[in-house]
Amino acid sequence: METANKSHSPMRILWREICSDKLALFSLFFFITVVTIVFIWAGLLDPRAVLRQDLRNTNIAPNSEFWLGTDHAGRNVFNLLIVGARNSFIIAFTLAIASSLIGITVGLIAGFYAGTVDNIIMRIIDFLTMIPGLMLILTLIVILPDSVFNFGLILTILGWLGMARTIRMITLQQGAMDYVKASKTLGTRNPVIIVREVVPNILSFMVVNLTLAIAGTMGVETGLTFLGFGLPPDMPSLGTLIATAASPLNMQLRPWLWLPAALFVLVMMLCINYVGQALNRAADARRRRV
Amino acid sequence: MWKMIVRRFLIIIPQMFLLTIIVFGMSYIMPGDALTGLIDPTIRPEEIERLRELMGLNRPFWVRYWDWFTSMLQGDFGNSFHHARPVTHIIGDRLPNTIRLSLVATVFTYMIAVPLGMLAGRFRETIIDKTIIAYTFFAMAMPTIIFALINLFVFGFTLNWFPIVGSVDPRIDPGTAAYWLSRLRHLILPALTGALLSTIFIINVLRSQIIDNENSDFVTTARAKGVPRRVIYNRHIFRNAALPVYAGIGFAIVGLLGGSIFIEQVFGFPGMGQLFVSSITRRDFTVVNALIMFYGTATMVGTMLSDIFITIADPRIRIQ
Repeated sequence: METANKSHSPMRILWREICSDKLALFSLFFFITVVTIVFIWAGLLDPRAVLRQDLRNTNIAPNSEFWLGTDHAGRNVFNLLIVGARNSFIIAFTLAIASSLIGITVGLIAGFYAGTVDNIIMRIIDFLTMIPGLMLILTLIVILPDSVFNFGLILTILGWLGMARTIRMITLQQGAMDYVKASKTLGTRNPVIIVREVVPNILSFMVVNLTLAIAGTMGVETGLTFLGFGLPPDMPSLGTLIATAASPLNMQLRPWLWLPAALFVLVMMLCINYVGQALNRAADARRRRV
Repeated sequence: MWKMIVRRFLIIIPQMFLLTIIVFGMSYIMPGDALTGLIDPTIRPEEIERLRELMGLNRPFWVRYWDWFTSMLQGDFGNSFHHARPVTHIIGDRLPNTIRLSLVATVFTYMIAVPLGMLAGRFRETIIDKTIIAYTFFAMAMPTIIFALINLFVFGFTLNWFPIVGSVDPRIDPGTAAYWLSRLRHLILPALTGALLSTIFIINVLRSQIIDNENSDFVTTARAKGVPRRVIYNRHIFRNAALPVYAGIGFAIVGLLGGSIFIEQVFGFPGMGQLFVSSITRRDFTVVNALIMFYGTATMVGTMLSDIFITIADPRIRIQ
């Protein structure tokens, strides 16, 4: 009984599917390795030294001392990249988890209670999808006081819609299944059914969508910072480095400023998305098999 | 069918109402009002207060909302703080550029996506299909901003194939053939950048539709009659598979409008997305509000048109 239970746990099946796809397994390990290295390396650097200006060494092309050259203020671009990547990862993970939690909660409620509740929630989600999100985000960033917390809050408020939609759809399907009906007949209270029985069954979908949400959030953070509405200047991120490309001079003559950060984001996005898609296939296959 | 169309049309009314409330509510907490662009430092505070009273800025929220709403319906969005010109004129200058960009990008999207979707569906599980699927994966994972920057760097700066900024060469006289050619050359790179990233939906739908249709009776009949395979795919199956693709045109345009902020910003293309970014940087909120209203309305109408088009085109939905 014990072993049968274990072999059917959703996370275990996801893991097995990932292992059968060599490229996905490689992407996952590559991503984890990069994140670990970035966090350890950034922890070893002195944050003030990274941002300290050195006007004798401005705009140097990559060489053996400055692996990725220096910027207009003489800062070491490689160190900026490491610290920036760490900041971007922290932002992406935190915001993706926060907005996913909202999305999962709303999706579970809409999907489980169905009917009128679902109708009202879906109309709200439909409406929020229609409004020009990026413009609203930019406007809110400008009119609300400038802080990392507000920045996160604004992105979270509009970031949960996709997750809510997916979870709602899957919960609707679960709600029609016998195990939920049986639980209801036994008199289990609805919140208990949701948390103890529906959630474990759809856990794999949550993991999949969380992975994709992390990728999405990294993209949004980079984009907003490029437009000049991201994190404050004393908090370097991948977006700040990429934003240097806004000046044609940097773009053409000093690609070492922005190209490494751009390629870094790109590679990370490809990894996360590939893992996410492999997980997605795994979650689907599982649904078909049951 | 008519009932569905009318119902779909009616949904847009509360949506528009909510949008106006949100935009006006934001403008309520934004710094600055219609006077900000007019006053100069020599004006006395009592004078400002008198002007505010005169312009009705001290009236309650709902009165001002109604005022704003009715003047907007008459096409009056107020004056830009920064340019000291009516907002409608400023947007009007940029509108043709953005419309051209999204039209060309939509054409590119369909030109790329339709053949690829058909090839992927017809030769599924082969190397062709796998390459196309790999491409859609890249397109999905690629952030617009990075793709745009790399394209600009490679094709604009390094290879010099395309101009790097603007929507037309300012040295050429307007109206000549060279002028329109220059406009087109400025459009190609931004439009291709947007198009290459927005083909995913059409390719996926077309591919799965073709696979679904392959085993249907009309294909068996056509084959029995001796119709060549190529014709079966390009004519018989395509007609049946293409419905959602045509219907998606509304969504495609809406998606390109949304992505145009990054693309216009990177390519220095003077369209509405760039206008939005420069206006919000200058805190020019009358322009910002008008643009949010414009994009919001465009999205709502575009989505509605796509929904209605699907209803008309697909009999299965029509009957319900």
